[in-house]
Parts: sequence; C-alpha cells; structure tokens
Amino acid sequence: MSTSSVSKGCFVFKPSAKKKKTLSLADHFIHGCEGAENSEKRFKLCQDLWDQIKTDTEVLQDELNRNILDSLLDFTRKCTSTRQHSDWASQMRASEIPTAALVLGVNVPDHDMTFESLSDLLQQSVTPHVASVQAKECRALKHLMKRVLERLMGTAVTVDDEEEEEAEQTSAQLHKSVHCSLSTLCDWYNTKTKKSNTGTPGKKRSSPVRDGPQQPPVVIIFKDLEAFNPRVLQDFILICSRYIERLPLMFIFGIATSPSTIQHMLPHSVSSLLCIELFQSLSCTQHLATVIDKLILTKQFPFKLNGKVMQVLISIFLYHDFSVRKFIKGIQLALLEHFHSQPLSVLCCKKEEALLNVMQLDHLDLDRIRNLLSFKRYVEKQEPQEQVDLLTDDTHLKEVCQKLIKDLHKYHKNYYPILRCLHTLTSSLPRYPLGKQIRELHLICLEKNVWESEDYQSAMKLLKMLAKDELIALLQRCTEILQPAKSKKIKSALVQLEDMLAKFKQLDTVAAEPPPTVEDSITSPLKHLQKKTDLAQLQKTLLEMNESRRSKKLSPFEVLRNEALEFIDSLVKSHLSPPESQILNEVCYYASSATVRRHLNAIPRTSIQAALNSPFYYLQNDRLKTEDGTVSNAAPDICIVYKLHLECGRLINLYDWLEAYATVVSAAEGNDPDSDNFGKVDEVKHARFIRAVSELEFLGFIKSTKQKTDHVARLTWGGC
Amino acid sequence: MAALLQHPGYEEERLQRVAEQLPCREVQTGMLLSLMGQPHHYSYPSIFIYGHRASGKSHVMHVLLKELELPHATVSCVECVSVALLFEQVLLSFFGCDAASLLPRSASLSDFVRIYRQQCSQSPAKQTRYIVMEKAELLRDTDANLLPALLRLQELVEDNVTIILLSEIVWDKFRPNTGCFEPLLLHFPDYSKGELQKILSQDRPPSYSDEFYSSYINILLGVFYSVCRDLRELRHLAALNFSKFCEPLEEGKVKETDTHKLWRNIEPHLKKAMQTVYLREVSSVQWEQMQQMEEKENGALRGLSAHTHVELPYYSKFLLIAAYLASYNPARTDKRFFLKHHGKIKKTNFLKKNEKTSNHLLGPKPFPLDRLLAIFYSVVDSRVAPTASIFSQISSLVTLQLLTQVSHDDQLDAPKYKCAVSMDFICAISRTVNFEIVKYLYDFL
Repeated sequence: MSTSSVSKGCFVFKPSAKKKKTLSLADHFIHGCEGAENSEKRFKLCQDLWDQIKTDTEVLQDELNRNILDSLLDFTRKCTSTRQHSDWASQMRASEIPTAALVLGVNVPDHDMTFESLSDLLQQSVTPHVASVQAKECRALKHLMKRVLERLMGTAVTVDDEEEEEAEQTSAQLHKSVHCSLSTLCDWYNTKTKKSNTGTPGKKRSSPVRDGPQQPPVVIIFKDLEAFNPRVLQDFILICSRYIERLPLMFIFGIATSPSTIQHMLPHSVSSLLCIELFQSLSCTQHLATVIDKLILTKQFPFKLNGKVMQVLISIFLYHDFSVRKFIKGIQLALLEHFHSQPLSVLCCKKEEALLNVMQLDHLDLDRIRNLLSFKRYVEKQEPQEQVDLLTDDTHLKEVCQKLIKDLHKYHKNYYPILRCLHTLTSSLPRYPLGKQIRELHLICLEKNVWESEDYQSAMKLLKMLAKDELIALLQRCTEILQPAKSKKIKSALVQLEDMLAKFKQLDTVAAEPPPTVEDSITSPLKHLQKKTDLAQLQKTLLEMNESRRSKKLSPFEVLRNEALEFIDSLVKSHLSPPESQILNEVCYYASSATVRRHLNAIPRTSIQAALNSPFYYLQNDRLKTEDGTVSNAAPDICIVYKLHLECGRLINLYDWLEAYATVVSAAEGNDPDSDNFGKVDEVKHARFIRAVSELEFLGFIKSTKQKTDHVARLTWGGC
Repeated sequence: MAALLQHPGYEEERLQRVAEQLPCREVQTGMLLSLMGQPHHYSYPSIFIYGHRASGKSHVMHVLLKELELPHATVSCVECVSVALLFEQVLLSFFGCDAASLLPRSASLSDFVRIYRQQCSQSPAKQTRYIVMEKAELLRDTDANLLPALLRLQELVEDNVTIILLSEIVWDKFRPNTGCFEPLLLHFPDYSKGELQKILSQDRPPSYSDEFYSSYINILLGVFYSVCRDLRELRHLAALNFSKFCEPLEEGKVKETDTHKLWRNIEPHLKKAMQTVYLREVSSVQWEQMQQMEEKENGALRGLSAHTHVELPYYSKFLLIAAYLASYNPARTDKRFFLKHHGKIKKTNFLKKNEKTSNHLLGPKPFPLDRLLAIFYSVVDSRVAPTASIFSQISSLVTLQLLTQVSHDDQLDAPKYKCAVSMDFICAISRTVNFEIVKYLYDFL
C-alpha cells in the first residue's frame, strides 16, 4: 500500500473486510520473499525453529522463576495456616494484612509472564480467589474496587457449573447496584466458603494441600506498585483492614525499583496495617545470561547470529531496557529476516535435513552458493581443475556442499564446548581480560581470531601464574564441560586433559623430592632489594629476578603447567576461529545488523530530517536528485521551507521567510529571473507557504512565540 | 471504677462488661453515657470526638453500642467513595436492605432524608439511633452541604437519631465558612505511661503469668516510651519481641521471677528494634528469622530501607543524572558546566550567588524536556542517536517515580519534569557509570 506522505513512518490502513481472511501468516512470509521457489519450505523451517525457541524460553523462564514462586506459595499457605491457629503470637498479628513485596527489577514488560504464572500457580494449589490489578486501570478508588470485585467474583463463575447461575445473579446485581463495596465481597465469600464447607465437592481442583485450610485466602496482586496513585492505594488498604477479620485478604506488591518505595508511598498509619515480607527475584542480567547460555551458545539451534547482530541486541538490552522479552523478540526478528531474505537458508536446519535439502537445490540456488563470499574464497584455494568443476558441474557442487555442511556442523559441535572451557579458565582472572560473562568472550570470538588479541595473550600470561590447586580446579571444571560432548576431537581432547590432570595429581606424591635451590636465587636479589628504594630500580630488579628465574630449570609442575596451557591454546586455535572464516557460514549466520537496529531501535527524528533533507530518498523522483546535498527547488514545499528555516537563528521572521520561499519557488516554475514579478508573492504561493509552515509546526520544528510579532521560534538547533 | 458507669436505663451487668473492656477510658465513657441519656431519651443531635491515633475512639464507641445493644450504624468515611454509599450503609443497618434498595442511582441528600422519613414513619425509633462516622475528616472533601446536614440530621428526619463523628483533627478545621450547627466536642486524651502499661498487660499470652508479662511490658515501655507512644505500634513491638524475651525461660536458664537476668537478655534486642520503630520494615516473621540469623553472624540489620539499590539500563542512568543536574543547577550555569569553551568566566564573579541558599535545600526545580536532553547528550560519553527508546526510557522513569512530570499529562508540547531521587541515590548511580556528579553540581562548586 502506498501513501502520499513525505516522511517515512507508520500509517494506519483500515483493512477492508474481504481481504482480512485470505492472507495467512505463510502468505505474508512468501509475499515479497527472496527466491520464491523454496519459500514455503523456508517458512516451515522458520516456524518450527521459532516454536522450539519459544517453548524453550518459556520452560527456561518457569525454571528461573521457580524458586521465588515457590517461596511465595509457601508464604500464602503459611498465612492461611497461621490465621487459623489460635496461639498468642498469631492472634496478636491477626489484624495485619499479610503482604509480599516482590522485587522484580525495572524491566516491567517482562513481569507480566511472572505474574501470570504466579496467579496460575496460586489458583492451582492455594486458593481460587486471585485478582491481579494494574495501575492504569485503577485511576480512582472506585475503579480499583470494581476491578477487584469483578475479578474475584468473575473467576469464581468459571469454577463450577452449578454455582454459575447464582454467581451470575450476583454479578448482575453487582452491575445493577451502583456501588460495589467490600462488604458485598464479604457476603459473597461467606456463601462461597460455607457452600464448600458443607460438603458439596464443588472444587474440581482439589489438591492434597486443600484439606487443611477451610478458608482459602483472597489474594490481590498489584502488578506495578510504583505506578499506583498513592492516595488510592492507601484508602484501599485502610478499607481492607476493616474487613480483615471477616475476609482473609492477602496482598502481593510487584515492585520495580526498591522496597523502600513502600515507605515512600504509604504513611505509617497505613503501612502499620501490613505485615510485609520481602521477596527478591533474579536480576535481569542473570536472566539474560541464562537465556544466552541456553539459546545462543548451543549447537541445538542451527540458526546463528553474527557478532554485529549480537552486539546490537545485547546493547539494546544493556543500554535501553533490560528486557529479556525484547531480546527474544529481537532474535525472532532476525530469524524471520534471515529466512525471508536469504534463499539459501533452506539449508539452515538439522544436519540430516540439510543434507537432503542440498540434493534438492536447483541451478539458481547453486549459483547463489557460488556467489557466496566464503565459497569464493574456498574456490580460490582449490586446484584449477577442481575450480572449474565447482563452478560448472552442479552435481559435483552438491557433493562438495554436503561435505561443507557437515564441516560447518562439526565446527559448531566443537566451538561451544571449547568456548565454555576458555571462559571457565579466564573468567576468574584478575581484571577479566576476556570478559566476566561468557557472552563477552563469545562476541570476541565471533569478531576475530581470539588468540591474536592482546587480551588473550595477557590472559594466558596470567594463567601461567596460577597456583597448582587453582589450576587443577579449573582444569577439572573443563573436563566436566567437555564430558557430554560427542564429537571425536573433543573426546580425544578430553582424554588428553584427563591425562594431564592425573599427572598433576601425581606430582603431589612425587613432590617429596627436595625442592631445587630456588631459595638461594631468590634471597640473593632480595638482599639487593633492601638497599634500593627507588621505584624504577625496584621494577628493574624484579624483572631481572623474573628473567633469572625463567632461565632457571623449571620445576616439574611448571613444565606440566606450560604443557597444559599450550594444549588449551592449541584447542582454542583449532576450534575458536570466527564463523566468518567458515565456508557456507552465510547459510546459518544472520548478518544484517542494520536491519535489526532499524527495526528495534527506531530513530523517528532522524528519519523525518532525512525525508526533509533529501526527499528523493522517499519519493523516488529523479527530478529531486541533487548532488551537493542541497534541496532542489522542485522539492515539496515543506522541504524548501525546512531548508530555508535551517539558515535562521532562534527566531524566524515570517515575512523574510515567505520572500525567500517565493524566490525559490519562482525559480522552480521557470520564471525569468529578470522579469518584474519574479519572486512576487501571489495568493497561491502564500497559501502554500502557510500550509508548509503549519506542517513544520505540526512536526515540532517551530512554534509560535509571543516574544516578537510576526516571528516564530525554532525548536531545533544547528543547521547550515 | 464501675461506679462511674452507673447510669439509669441500662442493666448493671452490661455496664460492668463495658467497664471491663474499656480500661483507662472510664471518664470518657461516663461522659458519653450521660450525653446519650437513657435509651428512649432524645439525645444531643451531634457529638464530635477527637483524639490522636490509637486513643480508643472507635473502640469505645464500638464497645458501648454493641454491649448496650443500641441501634447503630458504623460507617467509615474512607470506604464511602460516593455519598450514596454512605446513605446506603446507614439505611441498611437501620431498616434492612429493602430500604437501602429504595435509594435511586446517584442518590442525593434529599433522597436520603425522604427515604429515611418514610421508613422512620413505619418503624419509629424506640431508642436513640446512632450513626458513627469514622475518619470524619474526609467529610470535608465531599459536597459542601453534607456535613452541616448531618450535624442536624435529627431535625431533618424528625427522628431520635444522633450523629457521632470520630476524627483525629480538631473541630476548628471542620467548621464550614457558612456556619453550621455546633456539635458537642469531646476530647480523648493520649494514654499516659501507666495507662499504656495497664492496657498492654491485658494482651497476656495464656501460658504466662500476669506478673511476668507485665514485667515484660514494663521493660518494653522503659525502652520505647521516649520515642513511641502509639498504642498500636507498642502492641506490635510487644508481640514482636516477646518470644525473644521468653527464650532463656524456655531454655530453663532463668526463673520467671528473675527480672534482672531477663532484662539483660532482652535489652540489646530492644535497642536494635529501636532503629526500626514506626518503619515496619520487616514482617514479624522475617524479624524473628533475622534475629536468629544475627546470632550466627553479627550482620547489620537489613530492613526494607536497606534495599535502595536499583539496577537501571545504562542510558537510563545517564538520563537520571541529567535530570538531577537539571533539577538542582540553575539553568544559567549550564553553559559553564557543559560547554567546552565557555570562555573565561571569572570564577569569583560567577560564583556570586544571588540566591544565597543552597539549591539542595530548596528542593528540585522543574525543567523542560529540551534541557534534559541537551544535558544528557553532553554527559553521556558516547554519541547516542535520539532513538525512540531514549524517549520511552524517560516515560518509564516517570512511572518508576524516579522522575515526576510537572506539567499535565495532556501537554505534549515541551513537557516539564522534576527529578525525584535523593543525593545519595544519584551518587550511587553515578558511581556505577564512573561519573563524578559532584563536579557538575552548582552547590558544591
């Protein structure tokens, strides 16, 4: 669809009723897709991958939240049980409303899922009466009350069929009567519990926990405490505390910043009615780390992101929103884009399937392969005859491709375990030369040959200074990481590592032999040291000491240590080369970071300015093309007006502006510059000018001002 | 003491029960009883009772009306989001739900009076009816005619009805400027130390003797009375610390009578609890857990206020810093702080502060969005594109209450904000991004 607008942006198109049903998701995907022949297959691959990623992340999130959700459930259960106890301590607290302060972090959009699973769990195992409210739907106390009542009584309707009629009646009454108060809720709750007590086995979800509490609590979840109007919240709590004896209420506050907001929002008279317990959830950076660990750093998903795209996604997370959900959305976008724009992505799937798909490639696809940068590089290295074969013989190419695909999968199989090993070795070094988080190391490895970087060298140096027990512990962990790997190379590496570990351990037993005369060599320069107090001198002697010690015969431990580190180094060199060096990497790696950035981190102001500065870019009209960055005088009025306004200061004289505009437009009309009415303002030009100026005002570049008559104020700075 | 509560028209037994439930409020109860007169007498139309929090206002009224079985309606004004709700509750408790359902939608005062009179003619009052309004100060915010009308409701409905208003503030703050019927004023004074001791001692747990518990209360009051006289808070503290107090007893180390040893044992804990009086930082359960923890490792007390650390995205931190600078620096000094070549402004000249007071004492000042962004771009160390998410971060800072929007929500053009975080908070934030905020603050120049 097209618009007549100058600027790029979102436009609302009301869909016509007919079109609505015809387009499915797949049609959308196939429409405008590169290489339409195998697009359906690609769509299916993409869909399957996304479904898998989605379920995996959901499982992951549930696991991450399990701890905190479990403790919250325990808390609610405990509350109900203490309420029924009649011992002194719980009686003294009977007037307090039990409250859980759940600190979730500033990534508010991510919390929805947590709350959803929380209320599901609560309904399943503790109480059917759960209502969650959001700040934006509760501007006033009235609304909050209404929402709470609706949700509590409304959920009850679905529990049981025989109660439905009655519940409907009450809800009808609720709607009829103007005011809903908590006393209504009390009555409703009493009838509800009485009924279930008198033995109608109403509740279907009777869990083993249920037989204890006869009075399930009424849980109200405030999803975003900060956004609530404090006044409303205070009043609501005051009202609730009046009913606490009749109604076992319980609150859960979802807090984004810090628990002290409770004190900021509630005065003592209100907070003294609450019995607050604090629950802290996992921080979002940890959350991200797990998601990356399970989703990105695994060979399980054939789809990969290249370094730049990863960088964009991670920096959006760290710099802008801390939202894991958005990160996953970003991966989804990259996934879609990859399958949509790269015809060869048909090979981006499990190994067996990919090998099958290679055989089904047609000539066009094979040409595409020949045009791949990585493949060209590969061809150049081959023998001349082989080169010719690769470039002309399709069947031969297919065979080679199968081999290459296998290689690529092998590369992935080896890459991740070795990456993890390197990370375990370097993550505890002082000042973290290769990053604290594995994602940093992964980014380095994606960009370039990690072993050529300075940081890697310094990390290796530091590793060479490790004490024996530290080194053994680290190597031990490395073997644990390599254990589950199946590839041959890794297995042999594992065997070698274990050998070395065994040797290290043997050292202990052999260590009984007298230590070499290191002490002498150390003590003698130490004597020198005591004399010299100058810093430079000290450094020098220390260096000398180092040298002399190095030239000394190495102890068996040192020999073994160097051997082990060299082995690690060789592993890194053979397996951690960046994916760009792999042949056919374009099949699996999505590389267009600009697209991702443009979609996820939009720059509205810049695109408006780009549109005004170079209308050609959007209008695709050859007449508007200019070389030196100036605006052609045939450009739309608003572009001319914009360009002229850039030359002005903070205040713009409207009349001068109009004159200048008229001159430019006259030139565009092809009027003779020497004629009398050149640059004259006629009514049409005046009207066009006024319209353009008001458009600029609408876009927020100028505004009317009272400082000077016939002037407008500029709202942006800079210009020509 | 029971003698005080003798009053004709009520059964001796019931008065006795009332007196038992209302320790230390005999004078006020007696006064109220005599104001109320005998059940069938007409009573004074309106009574205004005021006193601090937890001075027994609602409790006294509740016990009196309940034990003497007088017809009454208790309404909390917080709960009445609309006046209609108030009317409904009154009618409901006097005449049953049939009467309440007669009220039309969005009932007005005259509707209420009409229905009340109608109902009242069917079932006239044999005894005085009482309407108790808790938190009456909220009545001032409702319709202007409501309070004066309630004060002379007796006249309006021609029934034996008395309004009792309970409030924490004095009557002078209520009086409408158009004047009204003056209610009888009754003050509930704060409890004295002795009275507190007596009341608190009544909460004795059943398994301990009276003397033991009252000695505990004595110790508790000795520590806390100087900082806290709120009965409710003291009761909370008593419940919180009692298990600790009993600990040596249960271990069998001391006898109940050995007050001195018990005192030595509990004193440090009470001192610790002193730091968090009124804060209600932790739930009672957590408090107990914390005490156990502290015994193992002598860690610092960590309540709600100890968790002030907030994790924010990188640019949000800088936005917040920029907002803080914009709020606490005068706009004319921006040039000096954020321009590389600000020219030779002589420091002495520049520092001539025409406002003598520190900006931090005056509190944050509002600033426009433009200024916030200008400062943001100059403090953040890399080039930042003005993306949509920068702007959305500003609005999420507003919902997190770290910034407040000063101008109205609807104002899209040049919105104004204030920074709502403390100096300590911003210092902690800027430390995490290696930004020396103190160098950029006019007050600390």
